[in-house]
Amino acid sequence: MAVEVPVEKWTGRVGEVRLGGDGCKRVTIGGANTLPFLKFEGSIPNPPAIAMEVWDSEPSGWPAALTSAWGDVTSDPAAWARKAVEYGADIVMLRLQSARPGMGNTGGAEAGIVVDRVLSAIDLPLIVLGPGIPEKDNEVLVAASRAARGRRIALGNCEEKNYRTIAAVCISDGHVAIAKTPVDFNLAKQLNALLADIGVPSDSVIMDPDTAALGYGLEYSYSTIECLRLAALMGEAMCARPIISHAGPESRHQKESRATRGVPAAWGDPAERAVLWETLTATTCIHAGADLVVMCHPGAVELVKFAIGKLMG
Amino acid sequence: MPIKGTDVAKKLPQRKGCKDCGFPTCFAFAMKLASGGATVDKCPYLSEEIRAELEDALAPPIKLVTVGSGEDALKIGNEEVIYRHEKTFAHAPGIAVLISDKEDDEGVEDKIAKMKELQFERVGLTLRADLFALKFQSGEKAKYEALVKKVCDAGDAGIILISEDLGALFAARDICAGRNPLLYPITKDNLEQAIPLIKQSPTPVGVKAESVEALIPLTSRLKEEGIEELVLDPGSGNFLEVLRDQTLIRRAALKQNFRPLGYPTIVFPCFLAGDGLEEILTASMCVIKFAGIIVLSDLKKDSLLPLLVQRLNIYTDPRMPLAIEQGVYEVGQPKDEAPVLVTSNWSLTYFLVSSATEESKVHAFVCVKDTEGLGVVTGWGAGKFSGDSVGAFIKKSGIEERVKHRKLVIPGKVARIRGELEEALPGWEIVVGPREAGELPGFLPALARSLTGG
Ligand code: SF4
Repeated sequence: MAVEVPVEKWTGRVGEVRLGGDGCKRVTIGGANTLPFLKFEGSIPNPPAIAMEVWDSEPSGWPAALTSAWGDVTSDPAAWARKAVEYGADIVMLRLQSARPGMGNTGGAEAGIVVDRVLSAIDLPLIVLGPGIPEKDNEVLVAASRAARGRRIALGNCEEKNYRTIAAVCISDGHVAIAKTPVDFNLAKQLNALLADIGVPSDSVIMDPDTAALGYGLEYSYSTIECLRLAALMGEAMCARPIISHAGPESRHQKESRATRGVPAAWGDPAERAVLWETLTATTCIHAGADLVVMCHPGAVELVKFAIGKLMG
Repeated sequence: MPIKGTDVAKKLPQRKGCKDCGFPTCFAFAMKLASGGATVDKCPYLSEEIRAELEDALAPPIKLVTVGSGEDALKIGNEEVIYRHEKTFAHAPGIAVLISDKEDDEGVEDKIAKMKELQFERVGLTLRADLFALKFQSGEKAKYEALVKKVCDAGDAGIILISEDLGALFAARDICAGRNPLLYPITKDNLEQAIPLIKQSPTPVGVKAESVEALIPLTSRLKEEGIEELVLDPGSGNFLEVLRDQTLIRRAALKQNFRPLGYPTIVFPCFLAGDGLEEILTASMCVIKFAGIIVLSDLKKDSLLPLLVQRLNIYTDPRMPLAIEQGVYEVGQPKDEAPVLVTSNWSLTYFLVSSATEESKVHAFVCVKDTEGLGVVTGWGAGKFSGDSVGAFIKKSGIEERVKHRKLVIPGKVARIRGELEEALPGWEIVVGPREAGELPGFLPALARSLTGG
């Protein structure tokens, strides 16, 4: 008895988004017309990319395993970004943490300066994230956008409640908007439609359907990402954007990556633990369909890159 | 696709007024059969041939296979979907640890001990590895048999016997046949020789070939002999081939109802991977992508728990709601001087807050306000976590009767609701907590001490 090889004939394709500017390294994500790594039935022009997270100020509340892995570069965002390049980042993600009230409450001027400094330190593409407070996001991300003209960075987050200003500045300065929604298929699709309505080109949106870490709801992220990817492959245009997943930033909040005392001995060495929990969060999202994962621990980056290398053949 | 009720009805004898199966008509019986609520043997008027045909058509597309015996027996297979959002994946893969009879006593003892010790409590479940995979490698049958006996005596974990030498394989099977071990590998070269030996004392069989397609004649032949407790190994040579082969087998079984591939699978990261970390990467992919049994070279503290948690996550019911019920939740055994925190009812937020509170070693009340499943910031944006509405919720939550103090911790991300909330809750002091739940261990202990006056 012979079996017909069960290959799917997908009709859709995920759009490609290019980051990076003239004279610098460019990274393109998306573009697949099949599920992750199933090269026997489709084309996967770009491997999943890894962005490493850098803060504009000394990190607070990070687990010891992370701060010790980075050492003292974390006091200088430009040095930190250069170190991320050494560790194999494809992209650097700068979080404008100091714009938070209580963390410095810095404004547009400071944001413009730090973005400029980081961009001069590296020739990789950049993602800039605001503090997540609408008024502040609008202020610092507009400044970041101006400072990064010509480098085609990604700016986030556009959320349903606050997307117009950021989307507009992405259009005018030629950047990419990150569309962030809570873990939910329909909300992600709707926000893509809103962005399309106000004229953000489809090749300038990355969607962030939110990530929950391993052991903390990762399965919801897995299925949301997988459903978005399946819908894209079935031809649903408003789902056909590359997906970003914050595997690292979510993992560093979880107990298993942080706790050094008062946990069962069977949990093993805290440093190894931090690496593996982040790694498995990231690879699970990649197997679901994420095109770009944001990561924190250099050791986890090494493992995830290794896995991607094997799977891209 | 499973067979339809109307197609089943066509095969039934259609005896008027018979009802011997307990159903009013053949048609009603057919419908029940198709939905899995009855078995074919209830109708005594079927020819052998029709009965076999129906049984085959009604069988689940991926056979349920049991390895091991007793309460802890591993059940795998019976999967009905390719994507987990469609329906809960039915049976989580078994995690096995490999022991070769060439390993020294100390190594063997160590692995046996780890199987017992590396157990983890999580959300009311005990997570642990399931099986020992015992490999004949020394060339000395006595040595192999001693290993099998030792592992059998050490506990109830299920057993996989691995031996290219059929003599050693079946001698070991005879030692532990009562434990229902999985025999591996049955290949095209030893199949005919193995069939009568398997039949002497049937236990599950791991079938190995060089490709997915090459498995087909082997499983078909075994089925002819009535040997159907099968586990498939398509001989994948690397990471990428594992993904491809597992995907093809699952699709062939479910989308094409292709019986010869309708069995659970076994994957050996222990033989494929260069080192321990690569092994975990392979194993973790197998957890997501359809494997039935995953064989590791060792059980390691750092890596076993994340793998088991990933398995738990992936095999959770996808319809579990993202929102939890509004109310006051206890972390530990809080008394009337315990801290009180308020957060939204998005279950992910709640998981983070409650686990960080536990980590703080502080007994506390977590008041969970209905935000229709939104996080605190999004909930605030949607007007569902405003000072007024949080105040109203706290009043009617009953927390005022449960604590002596009047201090309420709000998430740092919504510090802005503080003023409004103080107005809505006269007599309460509103304390702005950390922005991230993960920072609670640096915050709660001091607060708890101040509340007890310590
Ligand atoms: S026992 Fe058989 S023949 Fe009789 S009603 Fe049931 S299905 Fe029909």
